[in-house]
Amino acid sequence: MSLADAAGTLLAIIARLITGAQGHWKGCPPMAEQRIYFANHQSHLDWVLIWAALPHDLRAGTRPIAARDYWTSSRFKQWLTTEVFHAVYVSRQRTDDQDPLEPLVEALQGGDSLVIFPEGTRSNKSEPQAFKSGLYHLAEQFPGVRLIPTWIDNVQRVMPKGEVVPVPILCTVTFGAPLSLLDGEDKRAFLDRARAAVLALRPPAP
Amino acid sequence: MTVWMDPREMGVDQQVGLLFVLLFGVLLLATAAATLLSLRRGTDSADPRHARLLSDLRDLWVGALVFWVAWVSGPLGATLAFGVFSFLSLREFITLAHTRRSDHRSLILAFFIVLPLQYLLVGSRSFDLFTVFIPVYVFLAIPVISALAGDPERFLERNAKIQWGIMVCVFGLSHAPALLLLEFEQYEGRGAFLVFFLVVVAATAQIAQELMSRWLRRRPVARHIDRSFSYRAWLAGALAAALLGALLFWITPFEAPQAMAMAFIAAGAGTLGEFVMKALKKDAGVHYWGNRASITGAVGLLDRVAPLCFAAPVFFHSVRWYFQLSG
Repeated sequence: MSLADAAGTLLAIIARLITGAQGHWKGCPPMAEQRIYFANHQSHLDWVLIWAALPHDLRAGTRPIAARDYWTSSRFKQWLTTEVFHAVYVSRQRTDDQDPLEPLVEALQGGDSLVIFPEGTRSNKSEPQAFKSGLYHLAEQFPGVRLIPTWIDNVQRVMPKGEVVPVPILCTVTFGAPLSLLDGEDKRAFLDRARAAVLALRPPAP
Repeated sequence: MTVWMDPREMGVDQQVGLLFVLLFGVLLLATAAATLLSLRRGTDSADPRHARLLSDLRDLWVGALVFWVAWVSGPLGATLAFGVFSFLSLREFITLAHTRRSDHRSLILAFFIVLPLQYLLVGSRSFDLFTVFIPVYVFLAIPVISALAGDPERFLERNAKIQWGIMVCVFGLSHAPALLLLEFEQYEGRGAFLVFFLVVVAATAQIAQELMSRWLRRRPVARHIDRSFSYRAWLAGALAAALLGALLFWITPFEAPQAMAMAFIAAGAGTLGEFVMKALKKDAGVHYWGNRASITGAVGLLDRVAPLCFAAPVFFHSVRWYFQLSG
């Protein structure tokens, strides 16, 4: 076992200890097929939680998206995202000659699964913001890849924006039934439908 | 090799070992009986009472195993094991307590400073500070940290919730390893018997109360909280525990009448504690802490330790009081 593998296992154990990181596979079983998990985004921990909720075998082939300027700014951050999580880097500065989705397209062509947060940024509202169009373009280009809506519950209580130490509170990750792009479906209609599918997985308030 | 010897001539370790052999033997028999029963009834075991019995048995197994591990691993292991239980049950409690964003620092204090310190105090046998640390010092520290966060909304309610959670899950539960570590003259190394005594009488009271409420069919005192709780059923449960306590006096440092009184107090406190937890759960909108419908991922640990959380402090203080009188 390499150092990176050990660090990954340790992180998953810590995530479980703090949050339980329970995966509820409601609409699909955990399977080794190519998937894009799209989820609500409330905290830095979101990715770690999804990753810890996945069965061990699926973790290596499931990659997060990381902002290149932030996650390569120090050697530790770079090591964490490259070696432990195998992140796909995207640049936040948009240039005219480059498609921002290109790294994601490359990863999908290589057969990997992705976890994306289509809101684009973390929100501390109870409902997710409108989805950005990246998910639509990926769905259009890769009709064979399953799109899995995912709801991460309670994580904003574990580590609200601006805090660094997590508080132990139980969280769940609910995976829903796969969604696919209908023939000739409008971009906005699809994105709204995708957002509704994520929101529908939210557990009822007690 | 001696196959059988008089228990009175055994060393302490052997006596405790014998206790565990008996405990696991009884559990094994009970499980075998329950399994046979379910086989005879066929697979359509939709009977909720039978399902309840099976889940109770599983709890007993878990409890017995934890108790065994705690004893085998000595003071350090016992403290660590119960520390982990405290952590997990406080996590469950806080998950359902709906804290606000500004409670973050108070919760960090509760989980990462108060909890380890309390168990450190148990492990180092600093019992004088141990009994006042949470009710006195933490009682002040939590609202101070909370006020510093600058959010006045529902201030009392939020702090009361956190303090309550700490009292039940950390303060209450930490008294179980404290019993293991109490040392009295002529009773060294037998703390395991005290914990065993406490757990057995508390469980007996629970079972007896459940059976009596079914048999008596009294009108429930507080139907919105617990349909089966009535004064008579509670008294019957505590009396059954007292009777068993008197029969078990030889494993405790007490004489039979004192053992009976101790069992009555501890078991009565335990069943009342369980009743209080039911009210709390109704308030939080769940039937038991591990309710799957609420998808909190809770495993229901709090349900299992709740009676112990309330019974252990009462029993601990009764024991200390008794020894100061007699010692």
